[in-house]
Amino acid sequence: MEFLAFGDTGWGDELFRATLMTIAVSITAMLIGFSFAAVFTPLKLSKFKFLNLIANIYTTVIRGVPELLVIYLFFFGGSGAIMFVASMFGYNEYIEINAFVTGSFAIGIISGAYSTEVFRGAIQSIDKGQFEAAKVLGFSKFKQFYKIILPQMLRLAIPNLSNVWQITLKDTSLISVTGLVEIMRQSYIAAGSTRDPLFFYSFAAVLYLLLTFISMKLINKLEVKYSRGY
Amino acid sequence: MDFELMINSFPKLLNAAVVTLKLLSVSLIVGLFIGLLFAILRLNKNIFINKFAYGYSYVFRGTPLLVQIFIIYFGLGQIESLRSSFLWVILKEPYWCAIIAFALNTGAYTSEILRSAFQTIKPGIIEAGKSLGISNKIIFYKVQIPIAIRQSLPAYGNEIILMLKGTSLASTVTLMDLTGVAKYIISTTFKPIEVFIVAGGIYLFMTFIIHNVIKFLEKKYSY
Repeated sequence: MEFLAFGDTGWGDELFRATLMTIAVSITAMLIGFSFAAVFTPLKLSKFKFLNLIANIYTTVIRGVPELLVIYLFFFGGSGAIMFVASMFGYNEYIEINAFVTGSFAIGIISGAYSTEVFRGAIQSIDKGQFEAAKVLGFSKFKQFYKIILPQMLRLAIPNLSNVWQITLKDTSLISVTGLVEIMRQSYIAAGSTRDPLFFYSFAAVLYLLLTFISMKLINKLEVKYSRGY
Repeated sequence: MDFELMINSFPKLLNAAVVTLKLLSVSLIVGLFIGLLFAILRLNKNIFINKFAYGYSYVFRGTPLLVQIFIIYFGLGQIESLRSSFLWVILKEPYWCAIIAFALNTGAYTSEILRSAFQTIKPGIIEAGKSLGISNKIIFYKVQIPIAIRQSLPAYGNEIILMLKGTSLASTVTLMDLTGVAKYIISTTFKPIEVFIVAGGIYLFMTFIIHNVIKFLEKKYSY
């Protein structure tokens, strides 16, 4: 138990901060994923074959390639790509992006591919009459989406989004290879310095279980809220 | 684009893909048995056995695969009695540790897939078997299992693809699988995009094959 003491003698406070970091990366990645989904879901549902193709390439490649490989692409290629863009604007200094940004982006793009599929499925399972009725009532395109489609879509999407959240949360453990101090990385450091890997990795497992357990409870509440009236 | 590097690294990556496929096939076979065992335990009426099987699948599905590999590879070596036992021959090899972790992980998911498949079998089918005077054991092996396998094919296909991606974590315990070699080439040449295209292409090709094999099986065993 002395391993988990707060302060200089134990790893309690470090692990606590690392847990907060895991939560922060997961939420950031999930939000980045939503913004990717906001772009690619309309492309998937578009009438134009070419736009469909772009969106399909995105979701197929991301869901068919290991997460770790995507993370390596961003870790090794991220600052190079940004420097290339910067050099076009005449800035030639070395730019280093920090591990948090690279990590959340890599996981965000992965999470976005799953979210895109979830939103596509949810929109497609809304009754056609709803779209037509909204049109007939003279709502603007913007209002049609925000007032009629979105609330119904969310209800259908939440159970599947909770799966995406679980995947995203667990994927953040892979960012530890880039050196970002989240639960996995902190356990690695603690295990190395105390020579007790069994304890620290098991404790990491408990922390992840706790996070998935608590988030499931919260998402269930959301689910109840959005299915009012059904 | 450095096309020369892409062509040069292709055979190396292809060789590494063989390691990936080995890891995948061994862990899937072992995982299938574990999954079947725990699916049967889940259907047991004894509450302790039932809860134990549920706990197993909950823990392995609720924690990242990376943690599981690290506990088995780094953690178990710490137990003195394990190190002096015959099990150490297996547990000191990263290859077997990775396979144990993968098999236990995929076993947890497979048990959930099979359990829900068993539960969707209509009771009438089992009753029909009973009224024909077939013993419970034979009903289980000849009726329930084949139907459950057919029911769970689509979900199991997804699980195979997830596991294919999961094997990339073997590279974190020093194994040179497809991702491990790709990372090595990236870190020596600093050409991440080229290597990503080749390695990602190989992964996508494997996913494509698995996807189509499952589709073929689904058609073959549809009723």
